[in-house]
Amino acid sequence: MSAALRQTGENFSARYQGLAPRLPGPPDLRRRAAAWFDRHGLPDTRDESWRFTSLRPLAGIVFSRAEDQDDTAPSLLARLPPTEAPLLVFAQGRMRADLSRFPAGGQAGLSVASFANEPSFGNVPESETEPLSALNTMLAEDGARIAVAPSADAGTLVLLHLASGHAEHPPAFHPRHQIRLGAGARLTLIEIALGTSVYLHNPLTEVVLAEQAELLHLRLQDESAAAFHLASLHVALGPGSAYESVALVRGARIARSELTAAIVGEGARFALHAAQILGGEQLADITTVVRHLAPGASSRQSIRNVLTERAHGVFQGRIAVDRIAQKTDGYQMNKALLLSEEAQINSKPELEIFADDVKCSHGATVGALDPNQLFYLQSRGVPKAEARAILVAAFLGETLEAIPHSWGRSVLEGAVQSWWKDRPL
Amino acid sequence: MALLEIRGLAAEVEGKPILRGVDLSLPEGEVHAIMGPNGSGKSTLAYVLAGREGYSVNAGSVRFDGEDLLAMDPEARAAVGLFLAFQYPVELPGVGNANFLRTALNAVRRARAEPEIDAMKFLKEARAALKRLSMSEEMLKRNVNVGFSGGEKKRNEIFQMALLRPRLAILDETDSGLDIDALKIVANGVNALRGEKFSALVITHYQRLLDHIVPDKVHVLSEGRIVRSGGPELALSLEESGYAGLVAEAAA
Amino acid sequence: MSAVAETIETVSAVTEGGYKWGFETEIETELAPKGLSEETIRLISARKNEPEWLLAWRLKAFAAWQSMTEPGWARVKHPTIDYQAIHYYAAPKKPAPRNLSEVDPELLRTYEKLGIPLSEQAALAGVEGSRVAVDAVFDSVSVATTFRETLARAGVIFCPISEAVREHPELVRRYLGSVVPTGDNFFAALNSAVFTDGSFVFVPKGVRCPMELSTYFRINARSTGQFERTLIIAEDGAYVSYLEGCTAPMRDENQLHAAVVELVALNEAEIKYSTVQNWYPGDAEGRGGIYNFVTKRGACRGRKSKISWTQVETGSAITWKYPSCILQGAESVGAFYSVALTNNFQQADTGTKMLHLGPDTKSTIVSKGISAGHSNNTYRGLVRIMPRAARARNFTQCDSLLIGDRCGAHTVPYIESRNPTARLEHEATTSKIAEDQLFYCRSRGLSEEDSVNLIVNGFCREVLKELPMEFAVEAQKLLALSLEGSVG
Ligand SMILES: Nc1ncnc2c1ncn2[C@@H]1O[C@H](COP(=O)(O)OP(=O)(O)OP(=O)(O)O)[C@@H](O)[C@H]1O
Ligand SMILES: [Mg+2]
Repeated sequence: MSAALRQTGENFSARYQGLAPRLPGPPDLRRRAAAWFDRHGLPDTRDESWRFTSLRPLAGIVFSRAEDQDDTAPSLLARLPPTEAPLLVFAQGRMRADLSRFPAGGQAGLSVASFANEPSFGNVPESETEPLSALNTMLAEDGARIAVAPSADAGTLVLLHLASGHAEHPPAFHPRHQIRLGAGARLTLIEIALGTSVYLHNPLTEVVLAEQAELLHLRLQDESAAAFHLASLHVALGPGSAYESVALVRGARIARSELTAAIVGEGARFALHAAQILGGEQLADITTVVRHLAPGASSRQSIRNVLTERAHGVFQGRIAVDRIAQKTDGYQMNKALLLSEEAQINSKPELEIFADDVKCSHGATVGALDPNQLFYLQSRGVPKAEARAILVAAFLGETLEAIPHSWGRSVLEGAVQSWWKDRPL
Repeated sequence: MALLEIRGLAAEVEGKPILRGVDLSLPEGEVHAIMGPNGSGKSTLAYVLAGREGYSVNAGSVRFDGEDLLAMDPEARAAVGLFLAFQYPVELPGVGNANFLRTALNAVRRARAEPEIDAMKFLKEARAALKRLSMSEEMLKRNVNVGFSGGEKKRNEIFQMALLRPRLAILDETDSGLDIDALKIVANGVNALRGEKFSALVITHYQRLLDHIVPDKVHVLSEGRIVRSGGPELALSLEESGYAGLVAEAAA
Repeated sequence: MSAVAETIETVSAVTEGGYKWGFETEIETELAPKGLSEETIRLISARKNEPEWLLAWRLKAFAAWQSMTEPGWARVKHPTIDYQAIHYYAAPKKPAPRNLSEVDPELLRTYEKLGIPLSEQAALAGVEGSRVAVDAVFDSVSVATTFRETLARAGVIFCPISEAVREHPELVRRYLGSVVPTGDNFFAALNSAVFTDGSFVFVPKGVRCPMELSTYFRINARSTGQFERTLIIAEDGAYVSYLEGCTAPMRDENQLHAAVVELVALNEAEIKYSTVQNWYPGDAEGRGGIYNFVTKRGACRGRKSKISWTQVETGSAITWKYPSCILQGAESVGAFYSVALTNNFQQADTGTKMLHLGPDTKSTIVSKGISAGHSNNTYRGLVRIMPRAARARNFTQCDSLLIGDRCGAHTVPYIESRNPTARLEHEATTSKIAEDQLFYCRSRGLSEEDSVNLIVNGFCREVLKELPMEFAVEAQKLLALSLEGSVG
């Protein structure tokens, strides 16, 4: 590891030392996370799970604790298409009641609190020994605590993460979110991250689904192109529960989205449809581990990468099937479109199977647009650029079309469309 | 005693009772047809007779030539001369048809204490059988049922039957998906084996097969029971009136 | 009993009795003292009358090895290997034979027992056209090479590498270590320091080697390691098909086999390299067996050159092996076809690397893993497309079959592309033997065991068909045997 990157890591440790007495919640876990982080620092490419994703661009940056107040949040908020849904706003990693919006008397079945007021680290097994989780555990100050009562259908909740960075003194924030659905509860959660300039957003989100609970989780990561997004998401699925997520990654200089799913309940269903659309010098990495720890569950993962200019896409996905997880149905597909000479993709889909009565498969394809298809469109009179856009849209279509929520779909589709506008395809 | 004696046979799949007391007696040398509405349990009966896993027999007995058929492994049933032409023949990727058939044939012959046949002799017989069934020799080179059309799969089942020469053939809707010429070929394949030492249970939905393979008896299976048995004319009357009447009668 | 349970029982019933190559040959052997030091290396080099440059080369490798540590990334576990407890040189005592009639009859009998005729008459008596020239390596030395004259007439050099060092120093010096450098990895460095024998093949420009070449490796002596080195060079337009087989006696101890194979294909040359690896796998409790840590790599240096690796891996307690292709030449083609079967407590971590450097390069990977018993079977592969590899193509298919619920099947592919015109496709599946296939076979009269064999063979068909005829039959039997047991 370069000395400069080590220095960046040490700055976080130093900040923890300074803040420790004032940080909310039980100190033990933080202390262990800090000790671990002290020893390991930020990961480098010699770590097997970071071999494709170098954090070198972070080297030498001294991130400071985010200021409490900032004025850009309202203008960022204005970028959002109008919605009636309840809105929970975070800016610089802190809950902003003044910008949030809930129906009078609250939403039936839904309760929302803040980590700052009710600190709890939940039950994320790796939160002290994985670099991104440890960093969060060490420094978390606020976050959302969302709960849906058993059997309640809480409708839709929009969770907004706004960030205003600073080129010379970039802030870092480490919100800790918790989403719990009681037995048979339902929720559609739409998360959107927006920002300007340089900052580090290091959220840790824990999702716990009790028996038969269903969460539709839509995510748009549209951080500032100069920002760093290092996120980890941990999902635990109870018996018969369903987690379905559609995620679009288009922002940040470096983005790492880790997702760990622990399928602990029989017959649970897990689905992730994700797309990364990247250009410039962007590096975005989706790393997933889906552990089948109970029988009869299914998992589906479909990841699409559209890469142009010097963008670098990474997908690492592991399906791990425990001995007791018989009748598992696991599937994973990663496709990449390289649209420029200098774009690159690294993909590592992994199967780790210890049960025999299973059906698991994965696939990966990498290529450019099909010249035959391009020619076919052109021969029907479609200009080349448009033809390319059509084919790329078709490539992403599968991911977006499936979204069973019209506002959520329009937000994600809008993000894809505006991405074209800025890019000569 | 009849070649096949089914008495009070009840069976279930995944906890769901399908056969609810089937009685059927098939004397050696006869061909019986089994008809009945979709889902009535015809294939289930065929699978239970052939010994497929996952079907639990709750009551009743099946004797084949006096022996307890249900106690035998599937391969032992093949060795004593039972053959099931599957409604949905299974694909075996990477396994050549010729190799498969010769292995099967020799396994059966060994079990019957007959000498194995060598590759040359096998090929000769296989070719002759293919010719009789108007099938192309290319069939032998292909993998078992892989990429076969629906009709080809059915013909391949009949081809296997022709080589294995069973004492009792159970044909589960071997006629469905066949064109008119293929139907005749299949029927000829069965008729060619007909004789004192060959019996068959022909499961079908259509009279048109029974025009070619005239059965000695016709049974109607409904909701897991034989609700009516009769001569070939029963099939004709069903063609006219459907199962509705019979099913209602049985329920009454 | 359910069909699956029976299958599991069938498969797990394999005992050491199933390994039919486990006998030991009583033959007087010269052993170097145990342990590895510069002295050992000098001794090996002296025994082989090597030139000074080769000794220097070995010592350089040794120095590199001393600064390296065993790789830890593979999914294999074993107790620490004591590299000082191994004999690095073991050779039959009798002086080296000059021709076949001088070969120790005890050795000839050994190879006969293994089904490898070393007498040319016996080989010739076989079907015309299926002649195979054999280099037999017994512990550390090559004991016989057949059909040398026939081959020499065609201009093909096929001899023990120790002899090539003496007779064709310019070729050896030019190519040795040019594909797998001495410090490439821990085991390759070890091999470079202590390699004893192996085969050397040189097929000159425009020559199609008139027969299959093969090397048969046999570990016999106790507490020895085998470190053979194979070097095959195909000049412009040349073609050669090379087969490799191996067995070892049954022993409670683990023995180390760390080979290096280097292939060089120049313009429009083609090398087909086939392996049937049947080292002793250890017993049903996981005692004994060979540690097979092998580096195999081919360089497609020339335009339109081709290298294909075909392997059937049924033996060894541990297999660590990634036959790879460096596709440098434009339009060069690499292929990897593999069947790896693990049973009992075997561990296999095997796969390939396809490095696409040149434009219009193509590679194909077909891997079939079968895990049974308590074994673990991992496919690990890398496909890397470099920026200059315009229009490169890769197709990868990895399928795993699990027999029983005590074993593991793992797939770890790395797929990397830095060229937009390249196209890669990767597919992998894991499943068990389908019930309906088993039932279909059994309802046609096949026994359960035969049904399993038939389906497993079908599962491996794509790979087996890449093997030369005689080897394919051998491999099929081996698969059946490795799954064999008493059907209950
Ligand atoms: N594995 C299974 N699990 C649950 N139900 C099953 C299973 N196999 C069969 N059944 C049910 O058993 C009933 C009888 O099925 P079967 O295949 O024997 O009918 P069939 O008379 O052959 O019908 P068809 O004329 O359509 O071929 C059907 O309702 C079917 O859905
Ligand atoms: Mg049916």
